[in-house]
Amino acid sequence: MRYTIFSFMLLPAVLAWFLLPVGTGLASDLDPFAGMRGSIRIAGGTAHIPVMKAVAREIMSVNPQIRISIAGGGSGLGIRQVGEGLIDIGNAGRKPTEQEIARYGLVLFRWAIDGVAAIVHPQNRIRSLSSAQLQAIYGGRITNWKEVGGVDRAINLYTRDESSGTRKVFWKKGLNRGKIVKRANVVVSNGAMKTAIAHDPFGLGYVSVGHIDSSVAPVTLDGVKPSLQNVQSGRYPVARGLYSLTRGRPAGLVKRFLDFLYTPTGQEIIAGSGFIPVQ
Amino acid sequence: MRRRQPAGRPARGLEYLFPAAAAAGGLFTLAILAFLLVFGFPLLVDGRLAGLLLSPWEPDRGLFGIYPMALASLLLALSALVIGVPLSLGTSCVISTLAGPGLRRFLMHGVRLMAAIPTVVYSFAALFLLVPLMRRLLGAGSGLGLLTAAPVLALLVSPTMIIFFTNSFNRVERQVLLAADALGATGPQKLLFVILPAAWPGILNGMLLGFGRAMGDTMVSLMLAGNSPVVPGSVVDPARTLTAHIALVMAADFDSMEFRSVFVCGLVLYAMTGLLMLCFRLVAALGRRTRHERPA
Repeated sequence: MRYTIFSFMLLPAVLAWFLLPVGTGLASDLDPFAGMRGSIRIAGGTAHIPVMKAVAREIMSVNPQIRISIAGGGSGLGIRQVGEGLIDIGNAGRKPTEQEIARYGLVLFRWAIDGVAAIVHPQNRIRSLSSAQLQAIYGGRITNWKEVGGVDRAINLYTRDESSGTRKVFWKKGLNRGKIVKRANVVVSNGAMKTAIAHDPFGLGYVSVGHIDSSVAPVTLDGVKPSLQNVQSGRYPVARGLYSLTRGRPAGLVKRFLDFLYTPTGQEIIAGSGFIPVQ
Repeated sequence: MRRRQPAGRPARGLEYLFPAAAAAGGLFTLAILAFLLVFGFPLLVDGRLAGLLLSPWEPDRGLFGIYPMALASLLLALSALVIGVPLSLGTSCVISTLAGPGLRRFLMHGVRLMAAIPTVVYSFAALFLLVPLMRRLLGAGSGLGLLTAAPVLALLVSPTMIIFFTNSFNRVERQVLLAADALGATGPQKLLFVILPAAWPGILNGMLLGFGRAMGDTMVSLMLAGNSPVVPGSVVDPARTLTAHIALVMAADFDSMEFRSVFVCGLVLYAMTGLLMLCFRLVAALGRRTRHERPA
């Protein structure tokens, strides 16, 4: 049940992946998978999905004996399910807490840096907001686009569910731990957020920078554009690591999967998905 | 029909098999209640229940109240019935009496097909078709809200009700219908004065089932109602149902209060559906008694 809910929510993400050009990997990077068989179960953070899908496709195309299943559910779910041993790799768009790491014996693999950016509909003229304005909007003190120089229409606010790592990072660094008004609509994945804003001319939401394409427009924060360069240089402050977690040191197929993320081919996929690869 | 097998033997096996299936079905329902009670029990005994039921949902301030969600569930299910029942009654009337055999078969197949469509498909279609339309019609808001979810939910529960209604219409005794024919009743007259009064326990049952389905559905409200954990001020406001709330909070930490409150959500959902079923049955029983007391 839960699986179907969340995997369905990811449909936009999956569709986006199909549209992404995937370079054929260097054969040498995929060599460790030769002769391997078995399956890897992955779930959790929804920002990770495009990379996970692309990597899985690379691996499964050279070795059809390997089965890789990818689900969403949010960072909280990824941490919990990998900790409980329900999946092999749990993805999280935030660093797990000390408590979570200690309780489950989690091992962290930070393979990319990602920004979280506010987004609006491409037809919206407002492309720049200050931190104060953003906080005021999410805190419910500004409710109309007119108040920030736009048209006289109510701002339709969108936020993410409790489990979301994207939400946690945006709340902490983008809103400076400010209030998020309860009237905001709640969507359950980065893909669903993008779809919602792409269809709502008066919407305001936030999404992993890797998910931004022409269907939505990123909002400049305090004069800094949420571009890859600015995230990498640290000028754009709302950034976070993308983590993959295992319970205990990974071995066998899972280890090779995670190692692949750090090979040139893996890094190329990560960069191609709009993230900054970490060595 | 004689078979080579000794008579009685397969039947004896089935004698045990069917009651076992029935018992298992009943036990599962009770087991779910027991499960919810066991896990919700710590919250029920230490006096936090009132807070859980009556406070707002503000995890940051340590408030885990679920009454906004309970209210939204009830509101959404009722509005789905308000839209769905007339729709279903009308369709059933057409199917059972007013339509010719060709149209009847077409409608019946259509209804069965509708019943087979998964709820995500309805929600997905509505997300792309109904939500932008609502946004334009209302002129404000995101288009996600109770008013968007209600008609989709109505569409979702209608097949169940139509099939139930039609069956109960078809069960009306032939003699009564013949008598009505003999008195020169037209089709609509027969429907209004003979069939509908005679079939009303079936209608009630169908509504009951429809209501249960509307309360229990997760996908439609999760995708279309907007999921804001506040009491909706109007029908166009976004709201979060109990089922959507469970789906959204399930992913929280095991030890967190958020997660534990999910069991109370389950209990409230169980209790609300159970109570409403009870009320319906009571009304039905009372209705039967007054009808029997009426002098023939």
